[in-house]
Amino acid sequence: MTKVTMNVNGRSRSGEVEGRTLLVQFLRETLSMTGTHVGCDTSQCGACVVHVDGQAVKSCTMLALEADGAEVTTIEGMTNADGSLGVIQQAFQDYHGLQCGFCTPGMVMSAKALLAENPKPSEEEIREYLEGNICRCTGYHNIVKAIMAASGQQVEPVAAE
Amino acid sequence: MYDFEFMKPSSLDEAVAALAEEDAQLLAGGQTLLPTMKQRLAMPSKLISLKDIPDFSYVKAEGDTLTIGGGTTHRQVSEEAESAFPGLASLAGRIGDPAVRNRGTIGGSLANNDPAACYPAAVLATGATVITNRREIPADEYFQGMFTTALDEGEIITAVRFPIPEASRYEKFAQPASRFPMVACFVAKMNGGVRVAVTGASEEGVFRWSEAEEALTATFSADALEGLAHPANGMISDIHGSGEYRAHLIGVMTKRAVLHLT
Repeated sequence: MTKVTMNVNGRSRSGEVEGRTLLVQFLRETLSMTGTHVGCDTSQCGACVVHVDGQAVKSCTMLALEADGAEVTTIEGMTNADGSLGVIQQAFQDYHGLQCGFCTPGMVMSAKALLAENPKPSEEEIREYLEGNICRCTGYHNIVKAIMAASGQQVEPVAAE
Repeated sequence: MYDFEFMKPSSLDEAVAALAEEDAQLLAGGQTLLPTMKQRLAMPSKLISLKDIPDFSYVKAEGDTLTIGGGTTHRQVSEEAESAFPGLASLAGRIGDPAVRNRGTIGGSLANNDPAACYPAAVLATGATVITNRREIPADEYFQGMFTTALDEGEIITAVRFPIPEASRYEKFAQPASRFPMVACFVAKMNGGVRVAVTGASEEGVFRWSEAEEALTATFSADALEGLAHPANGMISDIHGSGEYRAHLIGVMTKRAVLHLT
């Protein structure tokens, strides 16, 4: 076992891991931060997306030891300081951007990464950016609307469809 | 995944020394290696991370060449190669998905030589040079079949040097689940003529389509490709598409690339 230390959502966290321990396992099993989900475990679905040093990564396809010393942000770090929902999370609730909710942590983290590099994305750019995030419930429409809303752009009413 | 010893050397020499151990394996971005290890298709005893090797991640344009460090991510290439070599930046920006592009590296992709990887098409179509800790390998000698390259044991890709084409375009017909190409073609208008490399299609991995190269060198227009059809023998046949289908896509993708440039 090897000691690994990383800054998770602004707090320094350490633990003992094996070489093969994935970042998502470290987050969920060592730190008990179960907001980050494992969907496919084959780096296709994106439920496990977190940010490492400001960049979105699939935490099921990164070793915990590769994140040693890194700044990691997870879905638990998306809330406001008072614990209320952050802007993107609130938009997902307002626009019903989820049904079962399993993919949602990854969707929110990818949305956060997208808006960091492209604050006012078009609908097409949102859909393109989410190609590594799979949702089996919503058909994506409301997810796209939620991200449009979170970026402060006009969204047509959900009921119109 | 079976367990392994993990090490993160801080110099290339240290990595090369560690690689001498039997069953030791390099870890670049891990976007192919880790899924392969989960499937137990690879079970190295030791993984050597290239993360802390200095000067391993850069995009540098000098005159008519663009040199990219072996550890450079697809995202960096898509952003930093844009002005010097837009055809390559566009290819890099369409590999996998954004999260994969933040981890996967050019050196990892080329060392693996997946028959459907994107980068080999650009490297072969431009006649780039693969630079290792020991030597320089021309693209025409580097790719030696599916998952097979000219790399020897203990050899590490430190950089790739591309001659910058006058114009270039990568057209990919993506397999929607994996985002790998079903078939993709890189057309490069070079100083001495046009080169066309095809990935995703052949059981032998990336290859050059010489008939299309000759036709396009004579006349660089989509019309020059009329009547040219790539034969289906040796093409990959699987549940996603037959060899005939992939052979047909070679013509379609090449034509789209040329139309984009004319």
